Amino acid sequence: MNRPVDLSLTRRSALARAAGLGLSVSFLGRAAFAAGDGDLARRKLVVIVCRGGMDGLSVSPPVGDPDYAGLRKTIAIAPFDAPNGALKLDDTFGLHPSLKAVHRLALAGQARICPAVATPDRARSHFEAQDVLESGGSLVYGTPSGWLNRTLQALAPTRRVEALSVGVEAPLILRGPVHAASWSPGGLQGRDGRLPGILADLYAHDPLLGPALASGLQTQSMAKVASTLAMAQEQAETPGEAMDSMAAMTGKPAAANLGGNPQAVRAAGVTVAKFMTAENGPQIVAISVDNFDTHANQGAAQGLLANRLTYLDNLLDGLADGLGPDWNNTVVVAATEFGRTAHVNGTGGTDHGTASTALVLGGALKRRGIIGDWPTLQPAKLFESRDTAPTLDMRSLFKGVLVEHLGVERRTLDTAIFPDSASAAPATGVV
Amino acid sequence: MALANNSDLMAAIAVTRFGLGARPGEIDAAKSDPRGFLKAQIRADGAEQPQGDLKSSSDNLYVYAGLRKARQAAKAEDAADALKQVQQQIRGLVINEMAARGRLAAQTPNGFAERWTLFWSNHFTVSALKGTAAPVVGSFEREAIRPHVFGRFEDMLLASSRHPAMLLYLDQAQSAGPNSPAGQRRKSGLNENLGREILELHTVGIAAGYSQADVTEFARALTGWSVSRGRDAPIGQGDSGPLGAFMYRPYLHEPGVRQVMGRTYAQAGESQAGAVLHDLAGHPSTASHIAQKLARHFVADTPPPSLVAKLQTSFVQSGGRLDHLAQTLIDAPEAWQPDAAKFKTPYEFLVSSWRASGQGPDPSAPLKFVGSLAVMGQRPFSPDSPKGWSDEAVDWASSDGVVKRLAWAEQAGAAMAAQGLEPSETGKAALGARLTPAVATAIARAETRPEAFAILLMSPEFQRR
Repeated sequence: MNRPVDLSLTRRSALARAAGLGLSVSFLGRAAFAAGDGDLARRKLVVIVCRGGMDGLSVSPPVGDPDYAGLRKTIAIAPFDAPNGALKLDDTFGLHPSLKAVHRLALAGQARICPAVATPDRARSHFEAQDVLESGGSLVYGTPSGWLNRTLQALAPTRRVEALSVGVEAPLILRGPVHAASWSPGGLQGRDGRLPGILADLYAHDPLLGPALASGLQTQSMAKVASTLAMAQEQAETPGEAMDSMAAMTGKPAAANLGGNPQAVRAAGVTVAKFMTAENGPQIVAISVDNFDTHANQGAAQGLLANRLTYLDNLLDGLADGLGPDWNNTVVVAATEFGRTAHVNGTGGTDHGTASTALVLGGALKRRGIIGDWPTLQPAKLFESRDTAPTLDMRSLFKGVLVEHLGVERRTLDTAIFPDSASAAPATGVV
Repeated sequence: MALANNSDLMAAIAVTRFGLGARPGEIDAAKSDPRGFLKAQIRADGAEQPQGDLKSSSDNLYVYAGLRKARQAAKAEDAADALKQVQQQIRGLVINEMAARGRLAAQTPNGFAERWTLFWSNHFTVSALKGTAAPVVGSFEREAIRPHVFGRFEDMLLASSRHPAMLLYLDQAQSAGPNSPAGQRRKSGLNENLGREILELHTVGIAAGYSQADVTEFARALTGWSVSRGRDAPIGQGDSGPLGAFMYRPYLHEPGVRQVMGRTYAQAGESQAGAVLHDLAGHPSTASHIAQKLARHFVADTPPPSLVAKLQTSFVQSGGRLDHLAQTLIDAPEAWQPDAAKFKTPYEFLVSSWRASGQGPDPSAPLKFVGSLAVMGQRPFSPDSPKGWSDEAVDWASSDGVVKRLAWAEQAGAAMAAQGLEPSETGKAALGARLTPAVATAIARAETRPEAFAILLMSPEFQRR
């Protein structure tokens, strides 16, 4: 691409994507590995927290399970051979018809499902369950920091590491002693006045504002680089599209944009990937995707949930594509705080449940079947007669990835990263 | 724990910590009796109402319904335009509400009463992010919250749980018992969203240890609590009462006796859920849940246990009287520690900046301040979950958050300079005895007036309360 890129425009547009799309991204660990770590130095991990309780029975519908259609009725995903049917993975499981990119990756051995995974929490409260998912504790409020932050501490006890979150709010998963910087669209244009210096003096003994301002100013240049790279790729692939996403700058609530502009969501995934592949880019990234709380009218092949899954699919597609050769060094885990009831409820939706599906993706996954066991949906097998029963502890899944992909020691995992979790053995054979 | 005991510092604390920040002269006005200054704002008729072109919930829902009808009638090729029109109208309604509420916060002499109101409004969160509830999130606060903020907690709980905004936001309006006539005909069934969030967020809290069975039983008791479709709905669908009014629909109600948190409810029909709400309002866990949240909001992210205990006792002994609770908070020495431990939310930061300038948000550009708040992560009336806005510094003092505040403070500083204000005087009026020598010096040494005002607004003292 030889066309010169107007920097102010590219920056605004790429930022606009993140702004209008209800997406917040967090980065951790710019220098988590030294060059001497060999292969490990190139490894990358992305954790996507799907908030609101993502319905596993729609993400990876077990259309081959004899009880599935009867439980789900109007919101059941149709069998493999029907129009708008599930995208086949094996005789039991398919993927939601909106998850086209994930299915393509799965057929290439680069995406797997973990269909009955749950955190140790059983209260069916969003807030408590998200807390347990992100803190890595065995119970709610067990630990005030996030497990990704503690992973970084464990990986690099003597090196200076940096953290960055994109989005105004800092998610629990990366809170902790390793200071997390953050960045989101908008904000400072050219910052070379006297004010930052004066404030830095006033904040010299302020433990909250001092570090926050310093790292906030540092992230500006990094954001500029990533946005420019993403814009360049985007313009090469879909000329004209970049301009359309300017509309997202107008500050519409995220919910208004659900699935509205798949290209812009995909471009957001590419932007994140360009952050990661930039020199000194982050190796550990956390992304939040909201709005999975489908109590009413969730739909089947189309509808509210399908729109959210289209969004997720485009984000993952953009990530995989934008990472390029580094896709082979990357593992992405998309997980949610809990699944939803096995039965459809009275308002065409589902209520808070227990186990759900996690998606695991990456260029170097092992080619095997589902991760964990399938408990089936037989009435006697349902957890408390209402939910998919958990067969795998969420911490086991995360620990398996940390052991096999990032080379974290088992003892550290059992005690520091996931406290008191020795009984939840790492799920092996994933990567 | 040192306590503030001189009247200068107490006046500054009364206006900036209990209130929404000082307007010029406000700290001086509080000096003779800081506690009395706050208590005078506790009024039996509740909080002030925002002024402006604001409609009732019913009228707001009619706007929505009328446009929706127009959209259905429109030809297929016009549907996108019609939809856009509906969205713009609703956006306009919500922007009006945001602007009116922003003006009130910036200008009211009753800053404590307004902060108290914002606390309760956030406790009973509804959000414009849910399309069906968006037209009525502003009227919810005016109708269900403001009249009750110094009345009984139970009355506010009932008003909230019966308001169309809450019934729509948490999917209650269509919920049907499996053994109700509607459930038997399989037209609809149970939705437990409202029941769960009333238990977890509005009343006893998750620490109370209720079970899934309690949630389900409460959701069954709530079936039938719904919203009127209005008299003029299409033939066969008309209801009594105006559109959006609370309506009990017997054919949705689950028959039978319910058990919730160890108590038995044999009432038939509408009064069954009312009886559960009555008991939840008086439950000891509700008192401790509210006491903890209130102390966290006013004093510190980790509040002194002795303060929590006092508030809890007040709530229990007064039968959930919120005026008593406010008196207890004002009387408690723990609430007057000199160190400001609370980091302002973006909304509090903007409101207190306007108050310092003696002006409100630019009335000709309501979108501008809404946009500023959206960029800082706190678009008014639009929290992203029923839990509402966070009340803790860890969620707001991110590096991005601070950089966004700095960008806004530069613009606000320029506007304050253009107003002709004097920076050092403004600093003294805004912070009173809380203004530190270091900040006063930095303001005095600033190169320009806009820079001086930006320093004031970004100072550690002004960022906290």
